[in-house]
Amino acid sequence: MMRDQKLWTWHLAAGAVILVFLGLHMTVMHLDKIVLLASVNPAGGHPIDWQNVLARGKSAAFAVTYVVLLGAALFHGLYGLRNILFELDPARGLKRAISAVLLIVGIGLFVVGTWAAIASHTLAKAM
Amino acid sequence: MLETRAHPNRLGIWGWLGGGRWGAERYLYTLHRLTGLGLVTYFLLHILVTSSRALGPEAWQQAMNTVTGPVFKVGEFLVFLAFAFHAVNGIRLALIELGFGVGGPIEPIYPYRTSLDVQRPLAVVALLLAAVLAVMGTLNFWVLD
Repeated sequence: MMRDQKLWTWHLAAGAVILVFLGLHMTVMHLDKIVLLASVNPAGGHPIDWQNVLARGKSAAFAVTYVVLLGAALFHGLYGLRNILFELDPARGLKRAISAVLLIVGIGLFVVGTWAAIASHTLAKAM
Repeated sequence: MLETRAHPNRLGIWGWLGGGRWGAERYLYTLHRLTGLGLVTYFLLHILVTSSRALGPEAWQQAMNTVTGPVFKVGEFLVFLAFAFHAVNGIRLALIELGFGVGGPIEPIYPYRTSLDVQRPLAVVALLLAAVLAVMGTLNFWVLD
């Protein structure tokens, strides 16, 4: 039980991290016409236009915060999902299987996302 | 998992939907779960789709073209609304759990000082804040875009 208490504390801590970085992410992506951030949307148009993606990719700060947000959100989301599933009181073996699958999915997507953050940063600096 | 063995979740999924004898905040709990499930589902796919940016402009454009159109736009808007609620309600939950600004737990007896004088106003403020974010998002998605 001690272990789950620790994981729960990490869940809260990850929530605080997500609050900051996902707050920024949502502001950049979806509140760009209200909260005017000229430096973040340099090419004008939409935040997902390639020129803007490229501009963010050039920034090392963006690359680092992407990885931080990726890790925090993966843990927070998958641990939350695990809590919901565990509340349905599955058998012990099924619980282990759920934990294993979520762990593998989490690590796998963390690897993919971290690769994308680094590779796109490298690509953007070269372009 | 002694706790769950001693108190089995008898109602299962249906227990999430009803307020039962709990207060109005029980519905916020249900909504926190639903939005959480929605957000995590979106997020896992979002990682895969946006990672295509590392392969260059053509791959990025191709990925963006597959997630365009009214259905995706409405879906994205729902994700924004889920984020607005989940974030603000999450702050509320953390404050209550840690006792920051709302005081420690007391026995739930009449006149329910903590629940009615502190936690209920906090829930109202949280919902108002989420509503403000929702309005900002609505303007950005549908009016100014």
